[in-house]
Amino acid sequence: MEVLVFLVPLAIALGAVGLVGFMWSLKNGQYDDLDGAAWRAIADDEPERSSNN
Amino acid sequence: MASTLDFSHYLKSAGAGLVHLDLAVEGISCAGCMARIERNLAKIPDVTSARVNLTDRRLALEWKEGAIDPGIFVDRLAELGYKAYPFERPDAETREAERARSLLRRLGVAAFAAMNVMMLSIPVWSGNVNNMLPEQRDFFHWLSALIVLPAAAYSAQPFFASAFAALRARSVNMDVPISIGIALALGMSLVETASHADHAYFDAAIMLIAFLLAGRYLDQNMRRRTRAFAGNLAALKGETATKFVAADEVRTVPVAAIEPGDIVLLRPGERCAVDGNVISGRSEIDQSLITGETLPATAVPGSAVYAGTLIRSGTLRVRVAAASDQTLLAEISRLLDNAVQSRSRYIRLAERAARLYAPVVHATAFLTFLGWLVAGATLHDSIVTAIAVLIITCPCALGLAIPTVQTIASGALFGSGVLLNSGEAIERLAEVDRVIFDKTGTLTLPELDVANAASIPADVFALAGRVALSSRHPVAAAVACAAKATSPLQGIEEMPGQGVHGMLDGQQIRLGRPSYCGADEQANAILSRDPEASVVAFRQGAACHVFAVRQRLRLDAAAVVAALHKQGISVEVVSGDREPAVRAAAQSLGICEWRAEVTPVDKIARIDELTRQGFKVLMVGDGLNDAPALAAAHASMSPVTATHLSQAAADAVFLGERLAPVTTAIAISRKARALMRQNLWLAVVYNALAVPIAIVGLVTPLIAAAAMSGSSVLVMLNALRARIPPKEVV
Repeated sequence: MEVLVFLVPLAIALGAVGLVGFMWSLKNGQYDDLDGAAWRAIADDEPERSSNN
Repeated sequence: MASTLDFSHYLKSAGAGLVHLDLAVEGISCAGCMARIERNLAKIPDVTSARVNLTDRRLALEWKEGAIDPGIFVDRLAELGYKAYPFERPDAETREAERARSLLRRLGVAAFAAMNVMMLSIPVWSGNVNNMLPEQRDFFHWLSALIVLPAAAYSAQPFFASAFAALRARSVNMDVPISIGIALALGMSLVETASHADHAYFDAAIMLIAFLLAGRYLDQNMRRRTRAFAGNLAALKGETATKFVAADEVRTVPVAAIEPGDIVLLRPGERCAVDGNVISGRSEIDQSLITGETLPATAVPGSAVYAGTLIRSGTLRVRVAAASDQTLLAEISRLLDNAVQSRSRYIRLAERAARLYAPVVHATAFLTFLGWLVAGATLHDSIVTAIAVLIITCPCALGLAIPTVQTIASGALFGSGVLLNSGEAIERLAEVDRVIFDKTGTLTLPELDVANAASIPADVFALAGRVALSSRHPVAAAVACAAKATSPLQGIEEMPGQGVHGMLDGQQIRLGRPSYCGADEQANAILSRDPEASVVAFRQGAACHVFAVRQRLRLDAAAVVAALHKQGISVEVVSGDREPAVRAAAQSLGICEWRAEVTPVDKIARIDELTRQGFKVLMVGDGLNDAPALAAAHASMSPVTATHLSQAAADAVFLGERLAPVTTAIAISRKARALMRQNLWLAVVYNALAVPIAIVGLVTPLIAAAAMSGSSVLVMLNALRARIPPKEVV
């Protein structure tokens, strides 16, 4: 059971990383346009066009 | 005209030499539009960012300061087929958005805490069966407490704050039992953990908070979305005014930048955006939007004009009397205040449930405590069992029952062109059993249209339309619009106050007053049949035709009235317009009950009378004179062309030229209300099953967690059914 000493802090740390990630995405405006984001994922990439400019 | 608009009011500095502009864009409907707009605008040199928000239908632009005239964006969007208007985020919307964000942040904290605590709880639940060491169990419990207590203290604040506010006002809302439940569950778990007991309810408590926050977030998000659309509507109406910046220099500015005392120029065909007094000029004005009266009045120096007035013939200079957010008649706003107050007494389904719920649950818990004490249990065991009852009855499913249905139903309503002003409007719309329509702008379309188009040869009509393009008079504009004319005829000159004339193939052509075209006889014949119409004559050589121009009934108005009758909803027309016009409209739609020349006060009186008779009235209207009635009725709807005040007073705003959204809104609301009731019953059934288990003292944290998530998921799945649209009613 000594493994707990190692595993429990690791699990909590992973949870904290997830929470920080969520907070970052919220602050970054990732949830401001859920409808648009759903479509952007499948839109064609644009690097070619921007290089034309 | 849009390109001459002064954008400086809307430009914001985005730092590092960049300027930011928000545009509300009409016509964005799909991902294709989004990609097209972004691609095209990003091509403009010096634009650093062009991003469409598909949810709110807005466009955010950033470019290097001073490099571009913002008008170019509006022009480019117009080429692509979108109308765009600069727009300023209203304070109310910013507040709603901030509240939604804060709820999402708390939901995130609660959900992450719940997941991590589950990881600790599952070993304990299985360990209890497989002889886990007591030290290990205690260790896991303390660890859970370490995660849950701070997370709950942060994320449950909205409930605690609302419960505290309710208690201070000496009333009870749903948050009171929720807060008591959470506090007791956490407190008891802490005591039990300290005394090395088997069970702790940290996981149940934090899960409860997470589920309830999800419900709150949905509720808040819907409100935020409604605000965003209201903001867009305000911007899309493109409210600008032509302001004198010097004695003879004018500039187009947003109405928000107009102040009392400014002088504005009103040209024929424009709608006045301010309240003020005429200082020079003379014009026929159409005040139908304000009074419902369709006959034009004459404005001369000294007369008052109100926001919403259509200028028909001449040019006016007007001194602004009130800023745009105060452009109201005092009496109308006073009536409105009273009416709004009376409606706020409506008690929502959720509140009624809460009023029943709290006493029943607390009495059950107390009786459980007494029962066990009498039956000989220890004080400690009795308290633990009573608290278990409180935890398992915590209104998790109840908290989700209504917001989930509201969110999904309002999405379905939006899909059919109805925007809600408030979530509870769904409940009120569902109860409607009588509909009162205003006539002008509601049963009829607000724009003028040619009524006798069928009796005029197509080639004459087309030619008249092209001639009419050269005139600014609104009646001529209606002819041009009805003829779908796009290319103006060359060499057409305007005779002020008379009409336009020119030459075509050696023949003289004229369009204007009947007297100007020598068509008085034909015009009088039309006017005697249809006194509501405005007439405009067209002469080509010897041939002469007269167009009757009037507001046309919405195409599906008769079908909608018939559909309402079929559903057992009675319909009547109450209008401020004159009797012949109202009678004609009512008869052609098959409505037997109608009232004409009704003042705003009498409209309210009529609604009160019906309410006393036990009717739940839906008022559908658009004019300033309808606003108090809209607020007084049980539920209300406005077309999107309505005045600001009416839109603000109405429960829902509908888009488009059709009247069908009225029946669709009633149908969807009825379905949604049925689902809300089902959901409340599901929550009650869940409690009926779970409470006896809790009373006999068999509830373990595992059962509490399973029952809570099970009932919440069930309620959410049931709410999804609101998405399926009801059968077409029209």
